[in-house]
Amino acid sequence: MAGTAVPGRLAWQLASVAAKRQETPRVISLRLESDAWAGHLPGQHVDVRLTAEDGYQAQRSYSISSAPEPGVLELTVEDIPDGEVSPYLTEVLQPADRLELRGPIGGYFTWTAADGGPLLLVAGGSGVAPLMSMLRERAAAGSDVPTTLLYSSRSWDEIIYREELERLAADPTLRIVHTLTRSHPADWAGYTRRIDAAMLAEVAGALLPGSLAYVCGPTRLVEQVATDLVTRGYPPAAIKTERFGPTGG
Amino acid sequence: MAEHERDTRLDGNAAAGLLSTVFRCEPSEVMLICAGCGADGPMGALLAYGMEMGAVLRCPVCDTAVLRAGSAGAMLWLDVRGAVSMRVTIEH
Repeated sequence: MAGTAVPGRLAWQLASVAAKRQETPRVISLRLESDAWAGHLPGQHVDVRLTAEDGYQAQRSYSISSAPEPGVLELTVEDIPDGEVSPYLTEVLQPADRLELRGPIGGYFTWTAADGGPLLLVAGGSGVAPLMSMLRERAAAGSDVPTTLLYSSRSWDEIIYREELERLAADPTLRIVHTLTRSHPADWAGYTRRIDAAMLAEVAGALLPGSLAYVCGPTRLVEQVATDLVTRGYPPAAIKTERFGPTGG
Repeated sequence: MAEHERDTRLDGNAAAGLLSTVFRCEPSEVMLICAGCGADGPMGALLAYGMEMGAVLRCPVCDTAVLRAGSAGAMLWLDVRGAVSMRVTIEH
């Protein structure tokens, strides 16, 4: 059976870079095209594999940030200094280059409009990527599920998808709350601290039947927020987490 | 637990790509019962450690190593003694 593709198993496939967009000084989005790509569920990720000339391979997982679409996916990548994979993706890779990937992966941290809500999305830094796929899916599906995004960034300039989020927030059923933890504009009236229990209490409001929470970001943020949400009465099964870890790259 | 370990752990979901080599269904949706404490939940909700050479997936309740996977060259090795059982939903 060697070499036979078994349905349901993931094979490595080649995707080509259709476009590269600078999101913030340290973050880019890659638009990838592959005829073999059947689409994904918002929240899923792919494994990306790079192979050096001497055969050495390095592999990392990246969340898909685009709405589901056959043949196309977007990855959002933060440049981790001294990382093995991300500097290549952010600095070296160019449109028309090809990349090896495996996916979509994960059936656990996913949301589609049919899952309903109310929906609470909590992101730290580039952890916003899979949540953005959910917000884009929500907009594309015309969903009016009451949704709140609480998004922690270091500074105004480091808010990924800032302008698109502003446009999406014109939807009265979507609320976007930013907190800027390191620096903020002089006229900034929003939160200026890390996400904590008091902030969650203010932003999340009352817990309603059907409430779902998705938390993605650095491990510490995710565990803190998940614990606080359980304290607020969220059933553990209604809280989905995706930890990014502090390193990797 | 060392602080470094607490800061670097991920979700079982992160190991789903590696485990897709073994499982025909979506690995993160495989339901496991922990041999340590009987907790029942999806693989995606376990805690994943040490993703570089493979992965150790631990129970979020009692920290038992439910599933260990290592890869070396063309070989993938799986130690599942920390799971009482695994079950999957069969789609017809």
